[in-house]
Amino acid sequence: MASVLKSQPQAAAESDPRDKSTAAPSKHFPWYKPRSIVGRIVLWALLLGFSVLFMYPFVWLLAATFKPRQDVFDNRLIPETWVFTNYVEVWQQLPLLSWISNSVIIALLAAGLVTISSSLVAFGFAYFRFPFRNLLFGLVLGTMMLPGAVTMIPTYLIWKELGFLTTTVPLWGANLFGSAFYIFLQRQFFLGLPRDIFEAARIDGCSYFGLFWRIAMPLSIPSFIIVFIFEFQASWNNLQAPLIYLNFGSPDQYTVPLGISYAMSLFSPTSGGEADYQYVMTAALLVTLPMLVLFAFGQRYFIEGLAGQGRKG
Amino acid sequence: MATAVDSHRKRRLRRPRWIKEPFNSEARAGYLFILPWVIGFLVFTLGAMIYSLVISFTNYDLSTDTATPVGLSNYELLLKDPKVLTSLGNTLYYAVLSVPLEICFALFLAYLLHRIPDRGAGVFRIIYYLPKMTPSVAAASIFLLLLNGNSGAINGFLGIFGIDGPQWLIDPNWMKPSIIIIGLWSVSGTMLILLAALKNVPQDLYEAAALDGAGAIRQFFSVTLPMISNALFFCTIVLTIAALQVFDQAFLLFYRDTASGSPDAALFVGVYLFQQAFQQFNMGFAAAIAWLLFAIILVITIFQVRFGNKFVYYEGGR
Repeated sequence: MASVLKSQPQAAAESDPRDKSTAAPSKHFPWYKPRSIVGRIVLWALLLGFSVLFMYPFVWLLAATFKPRQDVFDNRLIPETWVFTNYVEVWQQLPLLSWISNSVIIALLAAGLVTISSSLVAFGFAYFRFPFRNLLFGLVLGTMMLPGAVTMIPTYLIWKELGFLTTTVPLWGANLFGSAFYIFLQRQFFLGLPRDIFEAARIDGCSYFGLFWRIAMPLSIPSFIIVFIFEFQASWNNLQAPLIYLNFGSPDQYTVPLGISYAMSLFSPTSGGEADYQYVMTAALLVTLPMLVLFAFGQRYFIEGLAGQGRKG
Repeated sequence: MATAVDSHRKRRLRRPRWIKEPFNSEARAGYLFILPWVIGFLVFTLGAMIYSLVISFTNYDLSTDTATPVGLSNYELLLKDPKVLTSLGNTLYYAVLSVPLEICFALFLAYLLHRIPDRGAGVFRIIYYLPKMTPSVAAASIFLLLLNGNSGAINGFLGIFGIDGPQWLIDPNWMKPSIIIIGLWSVSGTMLILLAALKNVPQDLYEAAALDGAGAIRQFFSVTLPMISNALFFCTIVLTIAALQVFDQAFLLFYRDTASGSPDAALFVGVYLFQQAFQQFNMGFAAAIAWLLFAIILVITIFQVRFGNKFVYYEGGR
């Protein structure tokens, strides 16, 4: 039984007529692949050239973290004098450990909560039939286009009113209520599940919540992962919200983006720093690494999630 | 007697004909499932928007949480404050330049990746996507040094060709292009959406076009572009909305310190709104700026949708 259930979303995904991306035919030599040797050389040269352009800042950053202060600007990709102390000193110069743990906690809460709430709402829209369903779902899609700038100020005042201003609650609290884009994404996934399994489960006496908890959720793990890692990344990278809500406390309470922004000012010569940019660079590398690891493990989900976006238009 | 009352009550509760679905237990369960979103919408979207509109007609004092009605004076200030006009001009300049550049660059990259076998494309896709995974603060701190006018690597690279690179981060003429460069570096999200669209174009259309004697360029304009117009349209709208709200890079590179003294050349509406609301604490005026920005985004988006629908090809009609 379990194996039958497991194979179904797979089959559903394959039979989905919109999902041709996985079935791109490569049997014959398509016209748009260059036939001439020159064309192929140009193509690969361009691909490699752009790779260098995209990778250069990373290599430069890695090199900078091994340089003493006066060499950071020399732009050598292999440091003239190797210095390994940056990786030790940065922890003493900046409360990096607090920033990382703050960011991890906030990102886990934000991603976990939005995954659960959005999937509940998405299941409500995907399975149940109720009056005004399409109207309400239209509103969900409408809020997706709503610029965040409009609600930024009242949201701040709402959190102030509720007394959460000096806490991290405003950074994940709104995720309790689902997020339009993720609701859309998960609804698409739930709609791909055949309705028959749900009807069968209902006849067998499964509760409405059981439909979600015992059938829809186990069958939609990929969409849960997509939502989780997208929101984790968004939360980890979020600069504006911590600027608004955490900027008044001590630097220990900062998140990673706010902390790096603080460090950029701290060491900047224009504001009295000593241009210790090697520390900023080391910190920047250290906070980018978790995202690269996330991408390494979740690459498939990132690409799937993004490819899905183009189809909604 | 009792049955007569029952049937009378039933008739009164019968739903109007234009509501198709019944209010039964399934409907009630459905409402329960979407309840979190409904609460969030009422508080953080609808409630917040009404609240914001109200605040924009007041002077909000944060220390005492009192709002003094001031009528239209915040909106009059929009016209009087020269920085509003400057920031609007900067934002439009940035959007008009960055959106087409990002779309073209992303399409070009997607096209390159589409031309090679999937296995090789996977490696390049990872490399091209890495900048998108970099937190904006990390990107800003790298480019702060790379774009340095005297010793930055970018001017060093231009120097190889004998070009005397500009003072990217100081010269007002080059501040906006600096931010566009960082945007182009992390263009890969758009690239992946367009790549998926390119892969969705049916092969037989190209074969049919080739049989009719269409060359590569003709095929691109007559087959590829119409078939991916939907994705292009979507990306344009999303990128435009994002560009009109641009904040992170401009703030980090130029307006991080209140006393930085950077010229207003990269003062975007998003940055000015933030400064007014959370540095000057002029909540009422900031709310008015937010509504102005919202109106502009709305007008531009509606225009794009109207205009775009003429060019977007929908498979199977609309």
